[in-house]
Parts: sequence; structure tokens; C-alpha cells
Amino acid sequence: MFKKVLIVVVALALIVGFAGCRPAAEETPKVEQVLTYNVGAEPQFFDPRKATGIPEFTMLLNLFDGLMRYDIQGQLVPSMAKSYDVSDDGLVWKFHLRDAKWSNGEPVTAYDFEYSWKTALAPETESEYAYQMYYIKNGEAYNSGDITDPDQVGVKALDDKTLEVTLEAPTVYFTSLLTFTTYLPINKKLDMENPDWAKSADNFISNGPFTITKWEHNHQIEMVKNPNYWDADKVKLDKIIFLMVEESSTELMMFENGEIDFGNNPPLPEMDRLKDEGILTISPYLGTYYYMCNVTEPPFDNVLVRKAFAAAIDRESIVTNVTKGGQLPATAFVPGGIPDAEPGREFREVGGTYFEPYEPDKAKQYLAEAGYPNGEGFPEFVLLYNTSEGHKIIAEAIQGMWKDTLGITCTLTNQEWKVYLDNRTKLNYQIARAGWIGDYTDPMTFIDMWVTDGGNNDTGWSNPDYDSFVATAKGTGDQAVRMEAMHNAEDILMDEMPIIPIYFYTNLNLIKPYLKDYYISALGYTDFKLAYIEEH
Amino acid sequence: MKKYIINRIFSMILVLLVVSSLTFFLAKAIPGGPFTKEKKVPDAILKNLEEKYHFDDPLWKQYASYMGNLIKGDLGPSFRYDALTVNDIIKKGFPVSATIGFLAVLLSIIFGLPAGIISAYRQNFWQDNTVMFFSLIGISVPSFILATAFMYFFGLKFKILPIAGWGGFRYMILPAITLAAYPTAYIARLTRSSMLDVLSQDYIKTARSKGLSEFKVITMHALKNAILPVVTYMGPMIAAIFTGSFIIERLFFIPGLGKYYVTAIYDRDYTVILGTTIFYAFFLVTANFIVDILYAFLDPRITYEEKK
Repeated sequence: MFKKVLIVVVALALIVGFAGCRPAAEETPKVEQVLTYNVGAEPQFFDPRKATGIPEFTMLLNLFDGLMRYDIQGQLVPSMAKSYDVSDDGLVWKFHLRDAKWSNGEPVTAYDFEYSWKTALAPETESEYAYQMYYIKNGEAYNSGDITDPDQVGVKALDDKTLEVTLEAPTVYFTSLLTFTTYLPINKKLDMENPDWAKSADNFISNGPFTITKWEHNHQIEMVKNPNYWDADKVKLDKIIFLMVEESSTELMMFENGEIDFGNNPPLPEMDRLKDEGILTISPYLGTYYYMCNVTEPPFDNVLVRKAFAAAIDRESIVTNVTKGGQLPATAFVPGGIPDAEPGREFREVGGTYFEPYEPDKAKQYLAEAGYPNGEGFPEFVLLYNTSEGHKIIAEAIQGMWKDTLGITCTLTNQEWKVYLDNRTKLNYQIARAGWIGDYTDPMTFIDMWVTDGGNNDTGWSNPDYDSFVATAKGTGDQAVRMEAMHNAEDILMDEMPIIPIYFYTNLNLIKPYLKDYYISALGYTDFKLAYIEEH
Repeated sequence: MKKYIINRIFSMILVLLVVSSLTFFLAKAIPGGPFTKEKKVPDAILKNLEEKYHFDDPLWKQYASYMGNLIKGDLGPSFRYDALTVNDIIKKGFPVSATIGFLAVLLSIIFGLPAGIISAYRQNFWQDNTVMFFSLIGISVPSFILATAFMYFFGLKFKILPIAGWGGFRYMILPAITLAAYPTAYIARLTRSSMLDVLSQDYIKTARSKGLSEFKVITMHALKNAILPVVTYMGPMIAAIFTGSFIIERLFFIPGLGKYYVTAIYDRDYTVILGTTIFYAFFLVTANFIVDILYAFLDPRITYEEKK
């Protein structure tokens, strides 16, 4: 009996053993196409119609696909739209959708887009970024409650595959706006049946390169390649894990240990070492770091004073010795990277520079002309910034520069974020630190901030000529006219200097060299549609 | 004893009421709100949001509405996280924080108590000096330095433990040790000084002269009385550790409850501020209550019976 059992056991072992052997000519294992990206924060809103933060933008743009999309060369290409026509007056756009499916297999139709955009504009959705859609006819009116019938909004599905959009005014950069999260489509049927679909991974339906498989709050989000994506052939990554590590030093250690392939928050104290070791990736970022002045009260109600303080800042020194992240000294307000009317030229290139990065002699001159030679008699004032190590060292450096060049010592005050924002809005400050990241790739996202009573104009500055140039630029589709108007506006802004530009931002990331074909937008988000991991 | 317990429960409820009311009015008093942002929210939307959450109602009305929901166990939505309610946040975060907290408390008792006893018993000998040296380190070195040092050496350099994250026992080791450092040191010192006090008492001499073994003298007679201050300390300590440490959880990338105590204020997320504060207060008053009951069992001189 025992002998029989033994034979069976030996036979089984041999079978299992041989089954485990692989033929010699088996393919060499490919490198795993799994990307671990530290997105760094738990999403606030995961509904594309409501999302407001860059971490959300990155994740949602990988989950969804809009009418247009940027490729890795930064070219705008039709995505969900196969093609589009524009009427002669630039007001009516017809988008012809390609055949595409939602992640659950249902076809994506123009009715999904129409529903998405109308609900994004609906006041009850309370989308903070609804203003991105004010280019659409009656968009603003519907959003503010002036009209209540959504059918009056200029977006309409003519049939399953045709979306007709009517604009308020000709908007040449409308196609680049269409890449923005607010314009992404959502599944109409899903939203009507389950309005809370965006609160978990369970019922989430999307139409982009990836679909969401896991959402562990405060921990991570997992996405896998979406087989139903119309361009799935081009998607090479199998899985992306979005971690939510908030502490920059922890992110750095995990990156150096190989647990994170792409981190977005390199710690400032490590900047030199990271650059020397070649792990820091510096990308363009559409943003300006500046100091804003309260022009409604002394001492910054005097334009000569503002120009004096602006000229006394050694911007090269700041970006080389303080921020160390490849930032560029700002000698204007609108950063580079935005095309001008003439193809191949940039707005910043055409507009040129308005002053030298450091003009100590001119600074002293302005101050004397203002009535404070060598800083004598200059009233005390406070430089306000929100509590942060980074803003502190910049403020201290600038405080020192003002003292050396102008002979004036100001007081530095830092306040907690919301207290600081509140005080800025209430004009309860004299000069304050600020920063602005563009919402879209056109100078208007920077220029229209400073109109009289503009929602984001915390300076109290008002100039009717400026307002009229902005209105001109907004009212026409003629790029040459628009750009000229915006250049004129910037001329006035830099002449009166209610805001003092300091440097243009850069986007600093930790990226492993074996990650290829990702696209970092100058607006801050990253697209992994075509990304892949090389052998390493 | 029963009357004492009932009295205590009433006063606990009163304390929670006062804490929640104070927190409510304080939170509403600070400048800025959940919708204060750098990119200003358009006025029409802001108005809608404020109406929806009744921020435009008079303060007493908002307060009454909040307290009404609180009694039903509904802590409200989070203003910062669209996908989470305050109940969600506590339900998901607390078990995580409590797990590490439990390990840390266990470590602090297992190492702290014996260290303190040996230290007292061998006062001024090398055992005492060693324990005192390490406990000084445990008390003075800030937790984020310990944490970073552990993460660097055990995680990055020698790769024996994960640097950070959550997903199994291996991830709990470094955070629990970091979290346990201060309590262990403190318990060691507390036990030591308490034991020194007790060991010099007359009844210890009596116990020894009765012929009891040293071990029995220490454990059955001395420790039982020396442990009172430690029990007192452990009440609030457990409450604080179990509800999560902001620093430890942030550094070690642990999805616990700790971070919300700080971020909720930064975000002006009123409901989360209130929910986490009330939760912590509840934990604390309960822990203190249990400590007081334990006294009655540990020290026969303490009684809650009414004097006849």
C-alpha cells in the first residue's frame, strides 16, 4: 500500500516539477509598466465640473478625455473631437465627435458634453471654476442666476456626434480652454441616476486613458489602463498609483529608495544637492511671484515710491541664492511660454522687458523724487506674507535689499493663510506677497486680474485706460488686435506698478530618468497618456 | 459607588457640551472661512454656498442646528473634502491611529514600567544611570527628529523596514516606536520617583521583616501603590495617542485621524474642527473616568462611598 502511495506522490512531484519548467526560448520579462506618482494631497472635488486644484487636474485629465488634448510636444490636437468647424464670425463652433466609449462600454455622445457643460454652469452645482466657461454664450448669466433656462446657454448637441457651441465673443484660444478639467465630459446617465458618483471609486465612469480602481481616502488612488479608451493602443502604462504623501522629506526618501517614480514637492533645503545629482527636473510654469501694494493709502499710494521699491530688488540674487530652483527674474508681469499673434513668437518676447532686474541707482532716484531722499522721513510699514519658510527667506532677503539701497527698514509680518488672504481682500495691509498661476495659456489670465474692482484685484488700483484695453482684447477674435491691446495694458500696469513682479515660477519635480513620454503642462498638471517606463 | 458613577456621567456630558459650544464659537470667530481662497470664488457662487450651509443665518441658529444634529450622531459634511462626511473621516481615521496608538502604549508600559522599577531599586547604580540617560533622550529629542532618523537608517540606508506608508504590521513598527519614545521615558521616570517614595515607607519594611520574597515585596506591595501616578498619567496619554499624532502620521504617511486636528483649522473646515475636538474630548473624559474608577481598586484608602 505504502509503495503505491509513494509512486503516486513521486509521479505528482515530477509532473508539477516539469510543469514549472519554462521552455528556454521564453521572452525576457518586460519592465513592469506601473508608475508611482506622488500627487501629494487628497482631492477636494473629484467631479471634473467642480475640481479646482492641480492634484485633481492631474488625476482627472488622466481619467477623462476632452474635445482637445495636448500631446507631448505641447501641440494641441483634437481628441474626443475628430474635427471642428468655426463660423466666419468666430462665434459658432461645431465639434464632430469621434466614435468613443465610456469605461463601461456605453458610447460617449454630444449629449454627454452638453449635459456636462450646462450642469457645470448651473448655480446649484456651485462650481468654483465655472468662470472658465463664461466664454460660452449666456454662460455667466446662467451661472449668476440672471437667466434660469439652461437651454439658453450656447452649447447644444445637434445629434449624437455633433456638438454646437456659441460663444459670447470670438475667442481664438477657445480650443486650448477645451483641455481644461471643467470642459471634460461626464456620463449623463450616471450623473442623473447617482449624483454622488464622484465621491468614490465604486461607480466611477470615465472616458480617458485610465480608469479608477481604488480610492483609499488620504492614502492613495489607483488607476489602470482603460481598454475602452478610443486611443488605448497608444497607452503604455498598465497602472498608475497616485500616493498622497504630504511631507516633502518623506517623499524625497521614498523617491531615493525607488518607491516613488515621480514626486512633485522637492524640499527647498535640498535644492542644491538635488540639482548637483541631476534628480531635479525643472519645467516651465505659467506663474508669477510678486508683491502687491495697497495703493489706497500711504506710503504705497505714490507711484514713485512703488517704482523705487521695485527697482531696489536684486532679482537675480533672489533666484540664484534664495529660491535656487531655476526661476527667472521677472521684469514684466506676464511670464514667457504664451504665444503671441505672430506664429513662433511669444507674448513676453514681443512685449520685452520693462526694467532691469536690479536698478539700485534708479531706485534711489525714484525715492528722492518721491520726497524721501535716502529714505529720510519714510513712514514705517509692514511687509506681509503667509506663514511659510520659503516666503520668509525671500522676504528677509528683500527687506535687506531695501535697507541697503533705500535706507528703509520695514517690519516683516507673517500670518496664517486664511487670515492673510482675508486681510489682503480687506485692503488691510501695505505691501504683501502674492503669487498667480495662469488658468489657461493666454496673456488674459494674467492681464484681466487688475481691472477696476476685479475679483482678484486686492490692490485698490483702478485705471480706466487699462480697463478699456482689457475690454478690447476680450471683445474681438482678431489675435493681432487682442495682443496689441494686452501689450498696451501691460505697459500701463508696469508704468504704474501697483504690483511688483519678482520672479517667474518654475515647476520643480523629482522624476526618475526611466520614465518617458509624460507631458508636464505649463499650467502645472501632468498627462501620462503616452508615458511608459524604460528598461533600467 | 453607583451614585458616584452617575454623577460623573452627568458632569462628563456637561464638559462635552461646554467644549463643543466653546469650539463652535471660537472657530466661527477667526477670520476667513472654508471658501476663502486665493483664486476668488465668484460672488454668485459664494452666495449660494453660504446659503446652502446656512452661514448667513444668525450664529445662535447655526449653533442650535449643529447641536441638534450632534445629538443624533450626525457630525455633518466636510467643507474641505467633498467625498467625506465628518463621520467618515473619524470612522476611517480612528482605527488606523488607534492601532499605532495601542502598540505605542503597549511598548511604553512593557519597557517603561520595568525600567522605572529597576532604576528605583538600584538607585544610583549603573542600571539607574542607564535608564535615566535614555529616558532623558526620550523626553528631550523631538519626535520628528527621531522619526526622520529612524526612517533614514532603518528605511533608506539599511532597508530593513519601510520608510513610510500603511499596509501591514511592518509599516507600524517605526511609527509605534517613535510614538512610544516620550511616554516610555516619562513612565520610566514617573515609576522610578514613585517607587523610591514607596520603597522608603514603613509598610515595606514590615513586609520585608515578615519574610516575604523581594519580588513579592516589589510587585504586590510597592508597585500597587507606586503605580497610581502612572495610572493618572496614562489616562490623558492614551486619549492623546489613540486619537493620532499629527507629526508622526504626516511624516510616516499614515492615513489616521491626527492630521485633521491641524488641517481642519487651516482649512476652516468647521464641522471637522468640531467633530475631531468633540471626539477627542469624549475620549479624554472617558479615559479620566476609567482612571478614577481604577483608583478605587488600587488604593483602598480611596473610596467613593458616601460617608455615613
